[in-house]
Amino acid sequence: MSEQYVLETRNLVKEFKGFVAVDNVNLQVRQGDIHALIGPNGAGKTTVFNLLTKFLSPTRGQILYHGEDITSLKSAAIARKGIVRSFQISAVFPHMTALENIRIALQTAEGTSFSFWKSGASLNRLNQRCMELLDSVGLIEFANTTTVELAYGRKRALELATTLAMEPKLLLLDEPTQGMGSEDVERVVELVRKAAAGRTVLMVEHNLSVVSKLCDRITVLAQGAVLTEGDYQAVSADPRVREVYMGSDGSGERGGKSPAEQAEAAQ
Amino acid sequence: MSQSFNPADVRKAIIDQQKAQDRRKMLLNGVLLLLLLAAPFAMYPVFLMKILCFALFAVAFNLLFGFTGLLSFGHAAFLATGGYTTGYLLSNYSGLTTEVGIIAGTLVATALGLAFALLSIRRQGIYFAMVTLALAQLVYFFFVQSEFTGGEDGMHGIPRGHLFGLIDLSKNLNMYYFVLAVFIGCYLLVQRIVSSPYGQVLKAIKQNEPRAVSLGYNVDRYKVLAFVISAALAGLAGSMKSVVFQLASLNDAHWHMSGEVILMTLVGGMGTLLGPVVGATFVVNIEYQLSQGPLRDWVNPILGGIFVLTVLAFRSGIVGEIQKFLRKNLG
Repeated sequence: MSEQYVLETRNLVKEFKGFVAVDNVNLQVRQGDIHALIGPNGAGKTTVFNLLTKFLSPTRGQILYHGEDITSLKSAAIARKGIVRSFQISAVFPHMTALENIRIALQTAEGTSFSFWKSGASLNRLNQRCMELLDSVGLIEFANTTTVELAYGRKRALELATTLAMEPKLLLLDEPTQGMGSEDVERVVELVRKAAAGRTVLMVEHNLSVVSKLCDRITVLAQGAVLTEGDYQAVSADPRVREVYMGSDGSGERGGKSPAEQAEAAQ
Repeated sequence: MSQSFNPADVRKAIIDQQKAQDRRKMLLNGVLLLLLLAAPFAMYPVFLMKILCFALFAVAFNLLFGFTGLLSFGHAAFLATGGYTTGYLLSNYSGLTTEVGIIAGTLVATALGLAFALLSIRRQGIYFAMVTLALAQLVYFFFVQSEFTGGEDGMHGIPRGHLFGLIDLSKNLNMYYFVLAVFIGCYLLVQRIVSSPYGQVLKAIKQNEPRAVSLGYNVDRYKVLAFVISAALAGLAGSMKSVVFQLASLNDAHWHMSGEVILMTLVGGMGTLLGPVVGATFVVNIEYQLSQGPLRDWVNPILGGIFVLTVLAFRSGIVGEIQKFLRKNLG
């Protein structure tokens, strides 16, 4: 019965010249969940993301979306199926306005994207929807601002709005709060919570207080393999999870603290 | 904060701004059109036609380089293919009217462009440039070996003929207005393409390709189309040029020509509409002026110096720098 899972991977493997970055990962994402993928640096979280969206091709294994095998689809086709990803570094179109950024996403559904003879003004009817999306992330006054001039937190908010414009069924967020100050983190948590209504979200996240607040289910990766899976309580109580976080580097970096400590420190 | 920003007002402001921009563009285009219409009475028409043909070539190249972010180092192949095809047809089939020869030249260049694009589009950056260069060299040696091109001697005495069988193009003034009409048509076409829904996607691909992919765009297809349109217009420029000069030569197929169009585009301002036109005018003029004077053996080093200077100090080119200046000083 794979139907109950929106996304499922079976024995997913990615090798780079003998180095196993992703090792037999069986991931199951349930409909409607906010599912977190955590783990110390180098655990293979972003690689898994890249495999799911076919920015990398898996060496072995299968990816199923609503039970359908999508392992051989291309990135763009996967996006059109409703699996839309964000990136670790903010992925915006820097020399377009905020409104134009979102319009690019809305345009996919228009079917005029090859119409090189059509006037650009034909896109203006998408502006209203763009404004609604900008409003939902609090960026309406920046509609006509060139994106490169926006502050980092706002770029990420814009990126999220652009992703939502695709009406994704499954949202893949790669570290949505990375590099943000605590105020921005709060805002993004709210945005993700809002965005997750009626959708399924899979997110890579380092900030464990964010994970504890948002996520229904957590998968812990270590050295490319699934270490454990469960809700926040179960995972943070697991001694093996403490060990990989402590053991990987004790240098006081983010990964150096146990999940529980980090969550406490952040609260 | 959000009370002061009524979405409807902002939307209206954006549309008003677009209209103001369009008006400014129209005004500028109008002034340039008048100048170009009057130009043959002040300058030698053949020289002006040379500028227009190279300007069209550079505009075509810029669609790919400036607006899509793909650096082709093989555009000479399309210029030459257009020129040779048109030259061959008009020389050997006297029944053909000029425009048929030109259209045929453009179509053959378009087909060649499609072949180039399919072979090269999956490569990125420098590899893409290298594949296009290699393919263009292949085409160059094909032209060197072929008999119909006249090899090293080139193809001479191509008849200008009659446009639509009616207008005598051997008169320079008639020829000039024909070239001007074609140029303006192509310029407006590129202007339209850049602002079209398709142009928006090209912009997105140029600025952040992985993001465009993740939004569901099959970027290779968009790039192929841009490449084919660019090759078609470059071929058209070559066809026009062979009719204007009644000559098609290996110079047009040589990789120097691919380099020269990069120079024109960079000096004028890549990614601007007018930039390649200004750049072509500038380069053709410099070449002509220098070749008349004591520095005639120094044309290439001087152009090289200008190239280096542009890349180091004036990245945005002539038009780009003027735009920056205007934006800074006029808000």
